[in-house]
Amino acid sequence: MPVSIDRDGLDELLAALRRRGYELVGPTVRDGAIVYDGIETTEDLPVGWTDEQDGGTYRLARREDEALFGYAVGPHSWKRYLHPPELTLWRARRGAEGELEVTEEPTEAPDYAFVGVRSCELRAIEIQDRVLAGGEYPDPFYVARRQGAFVLAVNCTVAGGTCFCVSMDAGPRAEAGYDLALTEVIEDGRHCFVCEAGSERGAELLAELPGSPAGEPELAAAEAGVARAAANQGRVMETEGIKELLYDNLEHPRWDEVSERCLTCGNCTMVCPTCFCTTVEDTSDLSGETAERTRRWDSCFTMDFSYVHGGSVRSSSRSRYRQWMTHKLATWIDQFGTSGCVGCGRCITWCPVAIDITEEVAAIRADAVD
Amino acid sequence: MVPPLSTEAPALAGPMTPRPFRVGSRRSETADTWTLTLEPADGGPAPGFRPGQFNMLYAFGVGEVPISISGDPGGDGPLEHTVRAVGPVSAALCRAQPGETLGVRGPFGSSWPVREAAGRHLVIVAGGVGMAPLRPALLEALALREELAGLVLLCGGRSPRDLLFRAELESWGADPRLELGLTVDAAAGGWGGKVGVVTTLIGGAGFDPARATAFVVGPEVMMRFAVETLLDRGMRAEDVYVSIERNMKCAVTQCGRCQFGPTFACREGPVMGFAAIEPFFRVREI
Amino acid sequence: MPTRSIDEIIAAMPTFAGLDPAWLDFIAGCGRNQGFEAGEHLAREGEDADVFFAIRRGRVALEVAAPGAGTLMIETLEEGDVVGWSWLFPPHRWSFDVRAVEPVRAIAFDGACLRGKCEDDLALGYELMRRFAGVMLDRLQATRLQLLDVYGAAAVD
Repeated sequence: MPVSIDRDGLDELLAALRRRGYELVGPTVRDGAIVYDGIETTEDLPVGWTDEQDGGTYRLARREDEALFGYAVGPHSWKRYLHPPELTLWRARRGAEGELEVTEEPTEAPDYAFVGVRSCELRAIEIQDRVLAGGEYPDPFYVARRQGAFVLAVNCTVAGGTCFCVSMDAGPRAEAGYDLALTEVIEDGRHCFVCEAGSERGAELLAELPGSPAGEPELAAAEAGVARAAANQGRVMETEGIKELLYDNLEHPRWDEVSERCLTCGNCTMVCPTCFCTTVEDTSDLSGETAERTRRWDSCFTMDFSYVHGGSVRSSSRSRYRQWMTHKLATWIDQFGTSGCVGCGRCITWCPVAIDITEEVAAIRADAVD
Repeated sequence: MVPPLSTEAPALAGPMTPRPFRVGSRRSETADTWTLTLEPADGGPAPGFRPGQFNMLYAFGVGEVPISISGDPGGDGPLEHTVRAVGPVSAALCRAQPGETLGVRGPFGSSWPVREAAGRHLVIVAGGVGMAPLRPALLEALALREELAGLVLLCGGRSPRDLLFRAELESWGADPRLELGLTVDAAAGGWGGKVGVVTTLIGGAGFDPARATAFVVGPEVMMRFAVETLLDRGMRAEDVYVSIERNMKCAVTQCGRCQFGPTFACREGPVMGFAAIEPFFRVREI
Repeated sequence: MPTRSIDEIIAAMPTFAGLDPAWLDFIAGCGRNQGFEAGEHLAREGEDADVFFAIRRGRVALEVAAPGAGTLMIETLEEGDVVGWSWLFPPHRWSFDVRAVEPVRAIAFDGACLRGKCEDDLALGYELMRRFAGVMLDRLQATRLQLLDVYGAAAVD
């Protein structure tokens, strides 16, 4: 039963979450971008801001209204919180007789409330759930953070300049995986949020808020907003037979072409909401009595990533770009049952040389080997 | 004082947490390779393993690397690992003295299909330190010898001094249950055995390629040529298994580093059927 | 055990298998049985190569004497292998020592005589050239692999 609330109602919602002990994280403007950070009230959201995104381009611009969610996604994704960039896993002591005593770090983390999660991001979280929690050895740190998190989703009414969630069947409407989903309606002097519950705790919270059942005009406006986002996608990716296409074209000349542009900077892997690769660092203090193991984000674009004794298996930039793209779009399907891409467009926006994954696929399709 | 042996396995730690194992003994195999025996330091039982599997071995404060288990999967002796010093972590493991404690996580990975070779000729082709992950398969094959139609071990190394398990090689050479072919890439004048690459042993070995299963481990170049020679002799790709080595930090399909095409070497490997990986095996830098 | 003729022996060897019986007969006619004790040399580096061998039993090593490094073994050859192709090509000189590692029974062929016959009968010449080229190809492939030194010295990080 969709409910309509206004901005005050949304502030009340945020306050209610805080009262329940959640730590709010949501979009906010900082350093010329919309990033995810701690927030308290709707004042902290990018009120009246939008973003202009294209290959290798990101700018903020003022809107003519005071929309709270009138932009697409920025460089951060929720993996910063669920799969932290740096995490100590355990500490160890070497005893007097050389014994090894290992103490695991606690998995407890704050109970986050993620405010403003987009459909592509819900899909990305679901994808990471399969990778990090779905196998034989679930990551206890991921599971703890994931179980505690409250998800307040937002249906996109503005498509980003590099968005292609429609191609990846990952949006713009949030389908599942949220506690509450809202669609911002801002037109004809009206500014409200049409809210739907997606879980019991979401419904409980919604029931506490000052709001009224959403009327036909609001529902229609919400619907129209989402339809606009779907119609104005910045990019398109043809996904028909994409796994076989890439498996059959591992030596396509396009890989040489893209490798002439790719800097192997790894930006794409840092901003991608599904990239999960890590490295592990084992260190000890100067006395050699205590040691610790830290896990940190890594990228398949580094030389270290594929190092076996003697050298890296993938030393050319060609092979590293190919690895990233074929993993994301092809081998991921065999490994985890879905594509690794959600069409958020971040890799296109944040690539310093504007390499566009949708363009690369199209180029290979254009003269593929069958 | 040795704590009493408990019959319960210790509480399950997180997948990235090593379990302390004490070094029982060390034996030098070659100038840069040692075999260590390890026992749990917490008094619990050592986990069983299948031939071909590996553990992640941790040297305090230095790091952790994947090392194949080289012991007898059917025995109840201590855990055995044969380690070659090729980097800082493996060098630290090779320096470990009896009584020292290392960290062990595992076992992980796929295993050699020894039992599935019942009724067939089993051909084991080992190059250099590749003999280490194959030794458990050979020991299991000897234990199951009556079920096999034949057993052949073809072993190659850089030089006579670089051959692993030399004492056992001698006894295997005299063992009527298996045919041993041995060769080295180079030798000094006193060597009475074969000199030449291990692929040269394949043509004359006593097995029927139409009903043989082969396990091949060595440097990737050697594996490619050995597999080619086996296929030229009439074996089917479906019956050949190789071992794929890749960078590993987690061994639980989460760091992403060991990917080889669509497979994770820590789970679908290190033992992989050649037919399954053939499309990727010859792709450079895959 | 009945002794086999040289014809029969070499017909069973891969290098000569399938040759026209008349040629086989002629080649056999150029050959004679020869035995070597362990340690005895079949050929020495630098000597004229007018002979080549087919090994019937035992192992020989191709070796080179390197000052400071003693004797280095390049390759070993066994039953069924032919040893020596310098008899076919100028300057008809052995490049390596060939030493019996254990007692060896071989057939020694008069290369000079066979060379002469090849010049008269080009078809035989082609056949022998083709077969010896095959032997060289196999040995070259194997040698290239040896050169790669795939087992390598321990790398230092």
